[in-house]
Amino acid sequence: MKLRKVTAASATVFALALTATACGGDNNEGGGSGSGDGKTITVGIKFDQPGLGQKTPQGYAGFDVDVATYVAKKLGYNEDQIEWKEAKSADRETMLQRGDVDFIAATYSITPERQEKVDFAGPYLLAHQDVLVRADDNKIKSPEDLNNAKLCSVTGSTSAQNVKDKLAPKAQLQPYPTYSACLPGLQNGAVDALTTDDSILAGYAAQSQFKGKFKLGGFKLTNENYGIGVKKGSDLKDKINDALEAMVADKAWQEAVDKNLGPANYKNEPAPKIGDIKS
Amino acid sequence: MFDFLEDYDLLGAFWTTVQLAVLSAVGSLIWGTLLAAMRVGPVPLMRAFGTAYVNIVRNIPLTVIILFTSLGLNQTLGVSLGANDVETINFRLAVLGLILYTSSFVCEALRSGINTVPVGQAEAARAIGLNFNQVLGLVVLPQAFRSSVVPLANVLIALIKNTTVAAAIGVAEAAVLMKEMIENEAQLLLISAIIAFGFVVLTLPTGLFLGWLGKKVAVKR
Repeated sequence: MKLRKVTAASATVFALALTATACGGDNNEGGGSGSGDGKTITVGIKFDQPGLGQKTPQGYAGFDVDVATYVAKKLGYNEDQIEWKEAKSADRETMLQRGDVDFIAATYSITPERQEKVDFAGPYLLAHQDVLVRADDNKIKSPEDLNNAKLCSVTGSTSAQNVKDKLAPKAQLQPYPTYSACLPGLQNGAVDALTTDDSILAGYAAQSQFKGKFKLGGFKLTNENYGIGVKKGSDLKDKINDALEAMVADKAWQEAVDKNLGPANYKNEPAPKIGDIKS
Repeated sequence: MFDFLEDYDLLGAFWTTVQLAVLSAVGSLIWGTLLAAMRVGPVPLMRAFGTAYVNIVRNIPLTVIILFTSLGLNQTLGVSLGANDVETINFRLAVLGLILYTSSFVCEALRSGINTVPVGQAEAARAIGLNFNQVLGLVVLPQAFRSSVVPLANVLIALIKNTTVAAAIGVAEAAVLMKEMIENEAQLLLISAIIAFGFVVLTLPTGLFLGWLGKKVAVKR
């Protein structure tokens, strides 16, 4: 009996020790990446959004990645001094507040609620909510047609809520955890359209396996101003704004758009002026 | 601090959670009992099926099962479970997925209850001429249920929390509302705490009540 107690107690201690080490590991990972040590800069991007921010076997690719790389260069960091971190939508404010990352370029729309928590540089891209439909499907010609369609979007996303509340309240909405989960259904006709920001849609349509199968509706349903998020009160904001202006001025911005989103026939808006947030 | 809650239907979302949990609980209790009966039954084929089912299904992640009901059954094979609009279809698919998954745990909880019934009772029942269904239905299962109330309560609590996985196919329950609120309000910790509290409100009384019930109905041996 006594022995059993000892075993149980040591098992508990062992389990606790394991959890404690696990926490310690996390802390160490974040610790080495503070700003201002002059060596590396930590940037938050999406890892799973083709055309914008995607982790590939060859490295990181996408428009957000190109913008972040350019900005980091202007801040004095070479490409190999950038440490990329995944910034999932729900984690973005927390990551900035805790200082896990120096700035975030991850399809980060500027909204009043978010501005209370973090500061935004930019905007650097004006996107619109749009729909992606099968290339041979002409059923959806105007935003009104969405009311009779089956739409797919990501659970809880702004685009999904917009559809339900404003754009097409009568539409049937199938939410999935990721946009990629929507694509098989869109391909075989189980849903009629995938809806979110046109920049994101263009990224999916530009993937080699989907080339020529999907097209953008071009409806411009909302305005999404993508900004670069920094910690509240950070002096990075002005420096990033300067870098973004320089990027537009020396045509690197347009090149990045064409390279990453061009193949899907995406017609981009002209580069937005810094601080010009379209509602 | 909490004024943004007025814009959201928190009670409605948790009501969907409760509906998911209750329907799945009833369904998995029935299917789980049948599985347990198969696993202790005399027919080798049924025993093999029960064993295979439990060992396969309980080892598949629930998210995969739920996503399969939607992507596989609905979108590829066209199964709609008699509903027309996406919301109802998804709700029914989620209940189906939860039943398929949870019943394997119900089966094992019940089987542990069956093992507490002394072998002599089943032998005595057979000796007075009862067939298998009678032995199981009249003698063994009533006692087995009484001693598996507590393990079944564990399964039920796990089920209530597992309903959040239905968010994967967009059933508008508490976890979906949580995602929407986080997306709009940028208040990760506060919103998570509110939703977690909602689940504690659901599960804590369930656990306490079933714990008390388990003691009350336990077979004293």
